[in-house]
Amino acid sequence: METDPVVQLVDVVAVLDRFPALAGATLTVQRGEIVLLRGPNGAGKTTLLRLCAGLLPPTRGSAIVLGLDLSVHRQAVRSRVGLLGHSNGLYTDLTVSENVSFWGATVGASSDEIAAALDRMGLAARLSGVPVRKLSAGQRRRTALACLIARRAELWLLDEPHAGLDVAGRDELDTVLRAARAAGATMIVASHELDRAGALATRMVDVAGGQVRSAT
Amino acid sequence: MNSLEVTRLVAVKDLRIELRSRVLINQVLPFAAIVMVLFAFALDNDGILDRVAPGLIWLATLFSMLVVVQRSFAVEAGDGALDALRTAGVPAQGIYFGKAIALGLQLMVLEILLFGAAFVLYNSRIAAAAGIGLLITSALAASCGLGLVGTLYGGLTTGTKGRESLLPLLLLPVVAPVLIGATRATEAALGVGGISMREGWAWVALLVTYALLFGIGGSVAFGPLVDDGA
Repeated sequence: METDPVVQLVDVVAVLDRFPALAGATLTVQRGEIVLLRGPNGAGKTTLLRLCAGLLPPTRGSAIVLGLDLSVHRQAVRSRVGLLGHSNGLYTDLTVSENVSFWGATVGASSDEIAAALDRMGLAARLSGVPVRKLSAGQRRRTALACLIARRAELWLLDEPHAGLDVAGRDELDTVLRAARAAGATMIVASHELDRAGALATRMVDVAGGQVRSAT
Repeated sequence: MNSLEVTRLVAVKDLRIELRSRVLINQVLPFAAIVMVLFAFALDNDGILDRVAPGLIWLATLFSMLVVVQRSFAVEAGDGALDALRTAGVPAQGIYFGKAIALGLQLMVLEILLFGAAFVLYNSRIAAAAGIGLLITSALAASCGLGLVGTLYGGLTTGTKGRESLLPLLLLPVVAPVLIGATRATEAALGVGGISMREGWAWVALLVTYALLFGIGGSVAFGPLVDDGA
């Protein structure tokens, strides 16, 4: 079977404030996979995402993301992955399309690419001219995902993407994530929402004590 | 994307947010105008006001600048946009200079209002035609310096507890050279305080040096400073 690994972590140790937040984590994610990280608080899920985003250097072990060694090329990795945490990284005084255009422009995206990103997240028609501060939490999440598309993120790292959303917002988010999966996006999702995130995932991985314990 | 393009992008974005939210027009400019009026009430003497007008203009600029700097970083911190910029690998120098340019331009608008207020309220006048060039150049140099140092310290305090009180405590001592230099240059331009035009230009040189030092130092330090919070 032909493989195209986007993430290859082998026995990675990452230290945060002298505490080994990752203690020998090994994980491979293939292109097009949606991997759900599950585990209790403090297990190392967020640290794993931040490491893959190039925000943390591996203290030991081998960490390759998008073909780049994280020990050397963290800045280059940052520009090619999209990390979406509890905040959306949006400017609330700007409109949806201005936000998506801004983030797209940081990588030189064309106006066609911006329009496609808005369209893919269902924001092109009614919401593109609306200031972000007037959007619901679910619509803001969609806008943030459109920004990831506009800036051509090849790997989406989603940390508790359903947090802070009401039921309608969660349903809305699931719809766009399903569409992204159908379009071939590669994602690593850390979530306590096992029913929702599990339904989206192509594979589930248990994280505990800073290690990847098992994969299903 | 290179730092120059990011600089333009961030500056345009910050100015667009300001035009949209109108914080400068609706809050900062009225605050600065009230400060100038209160100075006039407190001193209540045309002779004294005329003499101290340059210092009052620049004091009012510094106080108002605190509001503009806090606003500039509040829009970044509100939904984690600054963190997102850094985690997206956007060059820190571009973010730094873009925000500094937007801040400097807003300060120039503020200074135009403050000089206008001084001409009306304090009866200040430009001493000679040569004073116009000195006044404009010193205001430009001071705005650049204040924009650069304000952005650096705004980035330093963003995300920290008690940043509203921490920013003035850290920033005001550092901008003392701008207060002194800009006040002396303005005194020369307005023909008060016994400062000659030649001396006024020497103070402009100090302002330019200050801006250059913070431009170089800030472009190096801004990335690691904001990365700590990312």
